[in-house]
Amino acid sequence: MLSRTADHLYWMARYTERAENLARMLDVNSRMSLLPQGAEILEQGWIATLTIIGLMDAFRQRYDAVTSSNVIEFMSFDRDNPMSIYSCLRAARENARAVRGTLTSEIWETLNATWLEMRDASCWTGYSNAGNAGMRRTSLRSATEAEVGNFFEWVKYRSHVARGVIQGTMLRDEAWHFTWLGTYLERADSTARILDVKYHLLLPRGEQAGGATDYYQWSALLHSVSAFEIYRRVYRDLITPRRVAELLVLRDDMPRSLRRCMSQVHMHLESVRNSQSAETERRAGELQASLHFGRIDSVFEVGLHEYLVRFLGQVRDLGDRVSRDFLVSATD
Amino acid sequence: MPAIPYDEMHASDGEVREHYRTFASWLARTPSERVAHKRAEADTLFHRVGITFTVYGEEAGTERLIPFDIVPRIIPANEWKHLAAGLKQRVRALNAFTNDIYHSQEILRAGRIPAEQVLCNGQYRPEMQGIDVPGSIYAHIAGIDVVRAGEGEFYVLEDNLRVPSGVSYMLEDRRMMMRLFPELFALHSVAPVEHYPDLLLENLRSVAPSGVNDPTVALLTPGAYNSAYFEHAFLAQQMGIELVEGQDLFVDDEFVYMRTTRGPQRVDVIYRRIDDDFLDPLVFRPDSMLGIPGLLAAYRAGRVTIANAIGTGVADDKSIYPYVPEMVRFYLGEEPLLSNVPTYVLRRREDLEYTLAHLSELVVKEVHGAGGYGMLIGPAASKAELEAFRQRILRSPERYIAQPTLALSACPTFVDAGIAPRHIDLRPFVLSGREVTLVPGGLTRVALREGSLVVNSSQGGGTKDTWVLER
Repeated sequence: MLSRTADHLYWMARYTERAENLARMLDVNSRMSLLPQGAEILEQGWIATLTIIGLMDAFRQRYDAVTSSNVIEFMSFDRDNPMSIYSCLRAARENARAVRGTLTSEIWETLNATWLEMRDASCWTGYSNAGNAGMRRTSLRSATEAEVGNFFEWVKYRSHVARGVIQGTMLRDEAWHFTWLGTYLERADSTARILDVKYHLLLPRGEQAGGATDYYQWSALLHSVSAFEIYRRVYRDLITPRRVAELLVLRDDMPRSLRRCMSQVHMHLESVRNSQSAETERRAGELQASLHFGRIDSVFEVGLHEYLVRFLGQVRDLGDRVSRDFLVSATD
Repeated sequence: MPAIPYDEMHASDGEVREHYRTFASWLARTPSERVAHKRAEADTLFHRVGITFTVYGEEAGTERLIPFDIVPRIIPANEWKHLAAGLKQRVRALNAFTNDIYHSQEILRAGRIPAEQVLCNGQYRPEMQGIDVPGSIYAHIAGIDVVRAGEGEFYVLEDNLRVPSGVSYMLEDRRMMMRLFPELFALHSVAPVEHYPDLLLENLRSVAPSGVNDPTVALLTPGAYNSAYFEHAFLAQQMGIELVEGQDLFVDDEFVYMRTTRGPQRVDVIYRRIDDDFLDPLVFRPDSMLGIPGLLAAYRAGRVTIANAIGTGVADDKSIYPYVPEMVRFYLGEEPLLSNVPTYVLRRREDLEYTLAHLSELVVKEVHGAGGYGMLIGPAASKAELEAFRQRILRSPERYIAQPTLALSACPTFVDAGIAPRHIDLRPFVLSGREVTLVPGGLTRVALREGSLVVNSSQGGGTKDTWVLER
């Protein structure tokens, strides 16, 4: 297929996944902000989130105070922030539009409808799980926590729909592999960031697990990656930082874990192999093997934060290599 | 010329014409709420599917729906037969003319068309002189604009031989009508148009460079911000070919390749939807970001077919238009089946004088204009507008032609106040390759403003499904 087409599909998938993960990240923070705690701790949580996404400076330039509503506004609805959910959904749709001939009409209509709804509303108030998002405009200032939560639910829901329609309608050809390559690289990146930012914040007190606040903090983290029930089923025990890390880093049956993401990345890379992609494939395989055979103890020996920073670097490297090998210009 | 325009549905005594009778009685017995509901549904569907076009000059990337009207334009079988024969004849002559101009120029030597009219025309491409193209076909896809003035009285308004667009609306309008009102298709035997993409692909493959057995065809688009991008994507998808931009192609050793995830792949036929000027920055506009450096060299070497060919503009220019009937006689030895609108060529002194004296009765068009931009409709213009246009004409008369205002036929159309007649035209798409073919029908455009004669979508026009009846 055309390199440019593969590039658009890859980014369509990445932006869709990114919007979902942003919603997850913001959701967990705004849930945490409901817990009884000092304003300072709350602020730290938002600062950590902005820092890990790399947008702290951009935020400071536009807003005075780090408050929940400012951060949510900036990260959700701000049209000038290229990383806001608004911008991601627009970018996903623009990439889809550029290759709509390659997509099934269902995929295009899904992404287009998501974007049209996003564009036409500044905040969601009427979301229901049935998906019939009856909306009316309210300003974010007057939106209640529940309404903001509804918005994040809507973003996740539209991402689920997009994935489902891709799964259900797309031909299993190269286009398919590049779409999932984008999805899993983005998800690996996001899970690592979510874990890093939370772990960073929680660790000082987290090691003495058992306190009520700790419990809610850790369960909020698990909720943010849809892993709360999974944790219960897998461990049937107290929530401890070490197990949370193990679940999100090393478990192959956990759909958002680093290991799961990397084994998918490796598999899709194998399917699109070309004459110059051998080294990229090798690196992906190496990373996957280290997750496959890794133990959580050795991760903690390095330090989880250091481990995740290194992992993010490797994912970024793979992303760059995929672009070079397949997407930009595989020819001249 | 009749003061009251020809009504496609009603005869002058108010009686419904025979070919509209079944439709009219269906409309009369269908509850108006149901019709209103269906019209709203059509809007929603068109929006969701994203059948939009981009409007130039408005906020960047503004996308608009082209209004769709549910009253079809119905053409009886015998009228279509005549039209189709006339269209094929005309396109044959236009291709013969283009081939002649870029080779021995016999029509000029015979004095049937003034040579400077052709050779000094900006649309004449000296780069094409002496180049042979497969099958001697230049306009592989032609969109011929036809209007009706009276009973059996059709005029060709314009030949579009460069990158005619609109065929996707023809196809989508049909799909929409069948989805909204399947019962109507049970009541009428409407000739199908859905096979157009197959026909187009076959046509493009038939003009591949000789020696290529299984040609690869690609559709070249300027990109997602072009006003007709929806159509480009739609046609590429329907034909199952790659939709490429200039950056996806490159020329190596006079062969054209696509950049793919598995390395370079040869391209044999390019169905291009960008203008000549942007095709090859080495030859035409050097600032073009849309084109492919070296494409013309590959083309001249006969390694790739470009459809439509480079330089077809010399045959559809408005200053050449008055000579098309002459081309039919000269090349085919036949009398033209379809008439031209009488045209004053303002570079001729007597035509200029006549036009200036009758400006308020005439339509004046820029020779190179398209899309309804830069034209004057005399009867609808204010005194000041007439005066301003008079000055423009006097500054460079050779840039204009003038035509009498035709009483374009009107077709009943849904408007705010109910159903009222609105002016329409018709653009059938004629394909030339191994043979000349066309699907029965075309795109009917409708001027939605009362009394307006401008049907262009950029000027507030809408579309209708076009039905050619099989019996």
